[in-house]
Amino acid sequence: MTAALQMQGVRKSFGPTEIIRGIDLEIPTGERHAIIGPNGAGKSTLFHLISGKYSKTAGRILLNGTEVTELQPYQINRMGLSRSFQITNIFPRLSVFENVRCGLLWSMGYRNSFWRLVDTERALNERAAQILDEIGLLERCDLPAGVLAYAEQRALEIGITIAGGAEVIMLDEPTAGMSHSETEGVVELIRRVTQGRTLVMVEHDMGVVFNLADRISVLVYGEIIATGTPEEVRASKAVQEAYLGAVDAGEGEAH
Amino acid sequence: MVELVIFSLLNGLVTGLLLFMLSSGLTLIFSMMGVLNFAHASFYMLGAYFAYTISTYVGFWPGLIVAPLLVGLAGALVERYGLRHVHRHGHVAELIFTFGLAFLIEEIVQFFWGKATKDYSAPELLQFPLFTLYGQNFPAYKAFMILISVGIFIGLFTVLSRTRVGLIIQAAITHPHTVSNLGHNVPLVFMGVFGVGSALAGLAGVIAGPALGTFPGMAFVLGSIVFVVIVVGGLGSLPGAFVASLLIGWLQTFAIALDWSVSDLLDILGISFDSEHVLRDLWTLSLPQVAPILPYILLVLILIFRPRGLMGKRET
Amino acid sequence: MSATETGSAATGKSGDRTGAEPAWKRVADDQMRRGAFRRTLPVWGAAFVVLMIMPLLFSSAVGVTIMNQMGISIVFALSYNMLLGQGGMLSFGHAVYFGLGGFLSVHVMNYVEYDGWWLPLPLLPFVGGLFGLAFAVPIGSFSTRRAGTVFAMISLGVGELVAACSIIFVAFFGGEEGVSGDRTMGPPVFGSEFLSEVEVYYLIAGIVLVAALFMYLFSRTPAGRMANAVRDNEERAEFVGYSQRYVRFVSFCASGFFAGMAGGLFAINYEILTEENLNLVTSGWVLLMAFIGGVGFFVGPIVGAIVLTLLQTVLSNHTELWQLYVGILFVLTVMYAPRGLTGLVAMHGPALRTGRLGILARAYGAAVVPLLAFLAGVVLLLEMGNVANQSVVGESEAHVFGLTLDVSTVAPWLVALALAAGGGYALVRLAPRLRDAFARATGQAGAAS
Ligand SMILES: Nc1ncnc2c1ncn2[C@@H]1O[C@H](COP(=O)(O)OP(=O)(O)O)[C@@H](O)[C@H]1O
Ligand SMILES: [Mg+2]
Repeated sequence: MTAALQMQGVRKSFGPTEIIRGIDLEIPTGERHAIIGPNGAGKSTLFHLISGKYSKTAGRILLNGTEVTELQPYQINRMGLSRSFQITNIFPRLSVFENVRCGLLWSMGYRNSFWRLVDTERALNERAAQILDEIGLLERCDLPAGVLAYAEQRALEIGITIAGGAEVIMLDEPTAGMSHSETEGVVELIRRVTQGRTLVMVEHDMGVVFNLADRISVLVYGEIIATGTPEEVRASKAVQEAYLGAVDAGEGEAH
Repeated sequence: MVELVIFSLLNGLVTGLLLFMLSSGLTLIFSMMGVLNFAHASFYMLGAYFAYTISTYVGFWPGLIVAPLLVGLAGALVERYGLRHVHRHGHVAELIFTFGLAFLIEEIVQFFWGKATKDYSAPELLQFPLFTLYGQNFPAYKAFMILISVGIFIGLFTVLSRTRVGLIIQAAITHPHTVSNLGHNVPLVFMGVFGVGSALAGLAGVIAGPALGTFPGMAFVLGSIVFVVIVVGGLGSLPGAFVASLLIGWLQTFAIALDWSVSDLLDILGISFDSEHVLRDLWTLSLPQVAPILPYILLVLILIFRPRGLMGKRET
Repeated sequence: MSATETGSAATGKSGDRTGAEPAWKRVADDQMRRGAFRRTLPVWGAAFVVLMIMPLLFSSAVGVTIMNQMGISIVFALSYNMLLGQGGMLSFGHAVYFGLGGFLSVHVMNYVEYDGWWLPLPLLPFVGGLFGLAFAVPIGSFSTRRAGTVFAMISLGVGELVAACSIIFVAFFGGEEGVSGDRTMGPPVFGSEFLSEVEVYYLIAGIVLVAALFMYLFSRTPAGRMANAVRDNEERAEFVGYSQRYVRFVSFCASGFFAGMAGGLFAINYEILTEENLNLVTSGWVLLMAFIGGVGFFVGPIVGAIVLTLLQTVLSNHTELWQLYVGILFVLTVMYAPRGLTGLVAMHGPALRTGRLGILARAYGAAVVPLLAFLAGVVLLLEMGNVANQSVVGESEAHVFGLTLDVSTVAPWLVALALAAGGGYALVRLAPRLRDAFARATGQAGAAS
C-alpha cells in the first residue's frame, strides 16, 4: 500500500536563506502524524509546500502515490488533501453557514455550475449544518464570519477544512490560543472527523500531541531530526537536547 | 530618413522623459502606499492650469516653481483628508476614490477655467529654433523640457541614493509593509510621498502645458498612458518606469513618423485586395493610424506574457 | 398517485420526529427556506406591476425616453456589479462588452433590414448578449488571472485598446457618426413593429425583468456563491478546491453576456451606436452608477442606475454643472457611504425592526432645514461662481431655483454664503445628536459588532 504522503528531498529557500533543508518523510494512510518543533522551524512553510501554496526549490511530493510537486492548491485539494491555516483564513463577509458550505461545494460535485441553486440542494445544506453542529457554531450560523470571536474563528477554520471530507487532513496549530476546555473539545472533534483518514498536524500543546498522534516528527531548523512513536520521540536523546526540554521549560515559565 | 530618425529620437525623448516625470511619482506612491493613483495625471493637469494662471499675472518663470508647490500641497491635502479616510476599505476602494477624484478634478478645472484650451505658451525667451536640420526646426523649448526633466531625475536620484529619507523610501519600495517597522511616522511619510509625487506631476504639467496644450482633457489623454508605463515597466520599479517611459515615447513618435501601412506590405508581397471589402480598414491600416493603440497592445502583451513587467520583481 | 403517497409518507415521518428533530436539521431547513427563490416572488411580482404601470403614470414622451434609458442602465449596472460587487473585480473597461454587443446588434438589425434575416426584435438583446459573451471569453481568459489592482489595470488597457480601435476601423464602427439601423424592419411581434417609444418601453421592461431575474438567480448558484467567496478570500477558495481564476472567469463571462444584452437594448432604443458607447467615459459611468447605488446589494445598481439617469437627464436640463454635482456625489459616497445609497437606507433596518425609527425621525426632522439651507447655499455659490467664471463680458445673470441673480452685485453672494455657512454650522452642531439618536435607534448595533 502506498503512503498517503511522501516527501523526497524537499527544500525551500526564500532568497539566500534555506528554510526547509531536505525533508524526507512518509506518512502512511490512516496515520495521525504530528509535526512539532520550535517557532520558526519551518512547520508552516512545510505545510505551504505540501498544499501547493509555495513552489518547491527542490524535491518531490507525492499524494497517494501521485506526484503533486508542481500542482496548484486547488488541484491538490481536489485530489483529496485539505488543510487549515495557522493564521485564520476564512471568508470574512460571508455568513458562518456559507463559509462551511463553500468548503463543501467542490467535494460534493457542484463545481462552477450556474444551473443549480444552492438553496434547493437539501443534501448540501444539511451536511453544512451537521458540520456546524460538530464544531459548535450552529447557533452562530447567520453571523458574518468576520465578527466571530477568535476561538470561534479557529473552530470555523477547522470546519471549512474538514467539510470536504478529504482523505488527508492537515491542521496547522488547530488549538493555538484556545482555552483548556476549548482545546479538549477540539481534540475530540479532530479525533472523530479523522477517523479512518490521514491526519498531519502541527501542534505546540504536547498533551494534545501525545494524546492524538500515532507518530511524531520533530522539525528543527528546516530538518527532521527524529520521527517515531510518541514514546520513541520522548525517549530520543537528540530530541530532548534540541527541543523537548526547551519547550517544557518554556511552558513552565508561561504557566 | 536621417533627419526623420533624429527628430523622432528627440521628440520621443521629450515625450518619454515627460512620461517618466509622471510615472516616477506614480511608482513612488504605489511602492510605498500600494495605491494606484488614478488621479495622478489630474495633478499634472492642475500643474499646467496653475502655471497658466500664474503666468497671466507674473509670467512663465515664477509658475515653474510655485505651481508644482501648490500641486504638491493639493496632493498632500488629498492624501490627508481623502485617501487616508478610504484606506481602511482596502486598495480597490482607494483606486475607486482616486478615479472619482480624477473625474472631480476635471469638472473643477472646467468650473474655474472653462472648456476651451488656454493660451498658455512657452516664454518669449525660449521661442526660437535651437537648431535647424535638413530644413526642420528643433524648438528651444523642447530642449528646455529635456533639460528640466533630466535635472529632476538627477535630483531625484541623488535624494534617493544619498539621503536618509531616500534610504527609507528605497527600503519601503523593496520591502513594502516594513516602513512601519523602521519606527518612522508612517502617515507623515505617506503624506510627504503623495505630495512630492503630485508635485512632480505638477511640474510635468507646467512644462508640458505650453507644448501639448492646456485643456480639460489633457489629464485624460496622458493618464492611461502613464498607467501603461508603470505596468509595462513593472509595478514598483523606478528603472522599469524609466525604460518603459522612453520605450513608449519612442514607440509613439516613430509610429507617427513612419508612414508604413499594411497595404505597402501587401504590395511588397504582391497581394492585391478589394478596396470595398469589409476588412478594407485592416488592409489600409498605417502606422500613424495605429500609433495611439500601440501602448495598449504592448500592455496587453506584457500582461499576458510577462506579468511582472520588464523590470518588476513582483508578479502583478 | 405514488407521488402523493411519498409526499404524505414524508410528512408523516417528519411529523413523528418533530420532537426529536436535531438542531442541525432545523438550521438547514431554515437556511433553505430563507434562501428559497419562492420568497422573492412577491418582489418580482411587484417589480412586474410597477414596470407595467409606469408608462401610464409617466406618459409624456420625455418620461418614456427617460425610463427607456433607465432600463438599459439598470441591466448594464447590474451586469457591472457581477464583477465589482459579487466578484471583487474593479473594471474600468466594462463598456467594451456593452458597446460591442450594441454595435453588433445594430449590424444584425441592418442584416435583418437588407439581407432578409429573420429575427424578432425582442430576441436582439440576447444576440447582443452572445456577442458580449463572445468577447468576454477571450479577454476574460487572461484578465481574470488576478483581481484587485491588476484586474483594474488590464480592464483599463483593454478598454482603451478597443476604444482606440473603434476610431481606426471605420467599416465596422462607422467612424465619427457611428453605425445606425432601423429596429422596425423585423417580423412584427404580437402585431407590434416597435414604431413607438412606448412599445420599445415594454420590450425593454420585459428584458430588464428577465435579465435581472437571471442575474439574481446566478448569484444563488454555486458559481455565484463562489464568486463571493473568491472576492472575500481568494487564497482560501483555492484550498477548498476552486481555482480563483476560473471562478472569476465564469462571473466575467456572465457579466459580459448581460452587458452585451444592455448594449442590444441600447441599439434597439437609439438605433445608433457611436464610439462613445464603448470608451472610458461609459465605463466610468457604469462604475458610478453601481457604486453610488451600492455594490454590496443586489438592488444597489438598480437604485444607482435610476438616480444617475435622472441626474443625467433631468438635472442636465437645469444646470451645466450637473457633472460636477455627480462628481461630488461620487467622491462623497466613496468616502462616507461606501455601501452606497442602498447602504444608507439599509443602515436603518435594525431601527425599523425594533420599531425605534421614531427616535431617528425626530432627529432627522431637526436636521432638514439646516441641510436644505446648506445645500441651497452651496448650489447658489457654485452656480453663481460658474457664471462669474465663464461669463462673456456683460453677461452676469445666474438662473438658479427659478431665480434670476445678478452675480455682479454683492447681495446674492452674501445670501448664498450665509445659507451655506449657517446651514453647515448648524449641521456640525447637530451631528453629535444625530449620531446619538442613531445609536439609540439601532440599539447600539454599532458598538456590538
Ligand atoms: N514567505 C516568506 N518569505 C521569507 N521568509 C519566510 C517566508 N515564510 C516563512 N519565512 C521564514 O521561514 C521561517 C519558518 O517560518 P514558519 O514556517 O512559519 O515557522 P513555524 O511554522 O515552524 O513557526 C521563519 O524564519 C520565517 O521568517
Ligand atoms: Mg507556523
